[in-house]
Amino acid sequence: MNALAKTSPTLKGFPRRDGRKGIRNVVAVAYLVECAHHVSRLIVQKSGADDVHLIGFPGCYPNKYSLEMMQRLCTHPNVGAVLLVSLGCEGFNREQLRRSIAASGRPVDLLVIQQSGGTTRTLNAGLEAVRKMRAELAKQATVPMALDELIVGTVCGGSDGTSGITANPAVGRCFDWLIEAGSACIFEETGELIGCERIMASRAITPELGREIEACVDKAANYYRIMGYGSFAPGNAEGGLTTLEEKSMGAYSKSGSSPISGLIKPGDVPPRGGLYLLDVVPDGEPRFGFPNISDNAEIVELIACGSHLILFTTGRGSVVGSAISPVIKVCANPDTYDRMADDMDVNAGRILRGAELDDVGREIFSLVERVASGEPSKSEALGHQEFILTYKQFEPIGPACLPAA
Amino acid sequence: METGPKNAEKLPPLLLLHPDDNILVARRDIAAGERVEVDGESFSMPAAVELGHKLARRALAADTRVLKYGAPIGSMKVAVGRGEHVHLHNLRSDYLPSTSREITDTH
Repeated sequence: MNALAKTSPTLKGFPRRDGRKGIRNVVAVAYLVECAHHVSRLIVQKSGADDVHLIGFPGCYPNKYSLEMMQRLCTHPNVGAVLLVSLGCEGFNREQLRRSIAASGRPVDLLVIQQSGGTTRTLNAGLEAVRKMRAELAKQATVPMALDELIVGTVCGGSDGTSGITANPAVGRCFDWLIEAGSACIFEETGELIGCERIMASRAITPELGREIEACVDKAANYYRIMGYGSFAPGNAEGGLTTLEEKSMGAYSKSGSSPISGLIKPGDVPPRGGLYLLDVVPDGEPRFGFPNISDNAEIVELIACGSHLILFTTGRGSVVGSAISPVIKVCANPDTYDRMADDMDVNAGRILRGAELDDVGREIFSLVERVASGEPSKSEALGHQEFILTYKQFEPIGPACLPAA
Repeated sequence: METGPKNAEKLPPLLLLHPDDNILVARRDIAAGERVEVDGESFSMPAAVELGHKLARRALAADTRVLKYGAPIGSMKVAVGRGEHVHLHNLRSDYLPSTSREITDTH
C-alpha cells in the first residue's frame, strides 16, 4: 500500500493563519439562538449559493461546551468567513465568539436582529454581508496540500447485519492506508463500542491510554444504562443486529488495525497523524439528555475536532450530509445500494456478491483524495447540509489521553 | 470489480466470519426449505432468513455465549437447533437490552 500512498496526487487546500488548510471555502451563517434561526435560514436560502452553510445553536442558556464548539466550527479550516446572527437577548456570548473568529484572520460580521430592526432589515444586511464575504473568498487561491495535513472522521448510521462485514472493515482498510500516509483519522461513539473496550485498550500506544479507553467505555455504558436506552435503534434489529455488543463489534471494525494514538473529546484537534478515538459521552451524571440525539450531532463533533471530511457507513440507508465538511457515503448493504444508489458514493455491499474488501478500501481511499481535492460527494451535490448542536458538558482530557502530544 | 448477480448466485449463501463462531450470517435472503451447506453437511433451512441476519451453526443450549467475529455478542435465552434464526426472540445482550419502537413505562 506504500506505493499507493506515494503516488497519490497532491490535494488542494485553502491556507489558514493557524497553519491548517481547508478543502472547502465555506461562508458559515450561524444563528446563536433558535429565535435567530429563521432569519439565518432566509439569508442562506436567498444567497442562492451552495457554499453558504447554515449552522447554529438553539438554546438560550449559556453553556461552555456549545461556545467552544461554535468557536471550533467557525474557525474550522473548511470555513472561510462567518456571519453571526443573534436575536439580542439570548445567553450566548456572541462577542467572545466574534473575537475568536476575527483573531483567526477570517472575515466575520455580527448582526443583532433587535438592533438591526427586525427580520427584513436583518435579512437584507445579511445578504449584503454574505455577498461581500463571497467576493473576498473568491480571490483566495488553493495551495498544494498533502495527506499528512488531512483529518478524516468516520461514523456509522442506520447500521444493519451487513455493516460489520462490508462497509465498516472497508473503511478500516482505508483508515490504515491514510494513517500510513500521515493523515489523522478519528472514530467515535464510545456508546457503540461497548463490548470492545478490552480489545481496543490493547491497541493503545501506552498502557495508561489503554486504561483511559476502558474507563471511557465504562462511562458510556453507565450513562446509557441511566438513560434507559443503549445506542441501538429499531432499524438495527430489522436489519439483523440483535444486541448492542454485536453492533459495537461491527462498528469497531471502522477503526482498522492501526495503533490507537489518543483519546480526544469534542473540539480537541489531533496533534499529528494517527488513529484517535473520540469520546462523545458527557462527563458526570446525565444532565442534558442522550449523548448525541442523532447521527448529525456526532458528525458535528467530528468536524469540531478538525475533520475535513467524513466517511459515513450505512446499511439501512442514510441520506444525510453535513454543513462545513463533505460526507462520503459507504453503503454496506447491496440491496440498499440498489434502492438508493443516487445517495451512495461507494457500494461496499458488493463484497457480499464476491468483490474484495481491499478493492472497496482502495475505492474509498481514492474518493477521499478526490473529494479532498474539490470533487463534491453525493450528499454534498444533493445539497445535504444537516447540522445539530445541543447542550453537553465535558471535563478536559487527562494527561494520559494524548501520550505523543 | 462489480460482480454480477449470476456470479453471486454461485457464492455460498451463508458466511462464517470467524472459525470460533457458533452463528452464520446470511449473505442474501434465503428461503425456507432452501438447501444450504454448513460445515460440510447439507440441510434444509427450517425458516426464511433475510440478508444480514444470523442463524445457528449448530444446536445451541440456553445461556450459550454467542460468538460473531470471534467475539461474544450475547447469550442464548432459550435453546435452538441448527439453522434456526438467532435474533431478539432468543438472544439477549450481556450489556444493555435492545430497543424496539414500543415505548415502555420506564421511557
